[in-house]
Amino acid sequence: MMIQETVAVALVLLGAIFMFAGSVGIVRLPDFFSRTHAAGKTDTLGIMLSLAGLAVYEGWSLNSLKLLVVILFVAIVNPVSVHALAKAAMEYGIKPWFRPETGETEAKEK
Amino acid sequence: MEQVFTHVAALVTVIILIPFYRVLKGPTVFDRLLGAGAIGAKTMVIICLIGFIYKRVDMFVDITLAYAVLNFIGIIAVSKYFESQDEQEE
Repeated sequence: MMIQETVAVALVLLGAIFMFAGSVGIVRLPDFFSRTHAAGKTDTLGIMLSLAGLAVYEGWSLNSLKLLVVILFVAIVNPVSVHALAKAAMEYGIKPWFRPETGETEAKEK
Repeated sequence: MEQVFTHVAALVTVIILIPFYRVLKGPTVFDRLLGAGAIGAKTMVIICLIGFIYKRVDMFVDITLAYAVLNFIGIIAVSKYFESQDEQEE
């Protein structure tokens, strides 16, 4: 019983760390398109780890199966929604930001 | 174990406040959408944690799934809307 709880708490905390990394990435990255990396990938991993930890704590039951469905759903859906945003931003006319010394200089939107 | 889940839920709530800065400050409307999407996605973990704290897991897992679907549909709808708008104020 002890192992199951320690593994569950470890997974949930690891997920919290990745969610924190994703949030900081959303705030600190210089440009919208680089922020999509943080929101799309890191957040998804953080959520999946936390929910996996909860599923481990729940053990073999219908609830952990439902949690697995939620995990798979998030794994597919979160990147797709961020991709839709990025595509819309591209259509809207937002230019990716380039570092100043590499030729094309852009207004650094902080 | 409930103590642990309560602390983790408080931690995730603090983590949710960080994208609010991007929602407030974001230069373009898409930054705000990204922040809101991130907040919506993290809320799902909090809902599930609350379910585990109050021992009503079967109810809250369904709520989490419904919330995931709604969050996704909302973001797709808004990005569809902004796709048709070209840039005016730039």
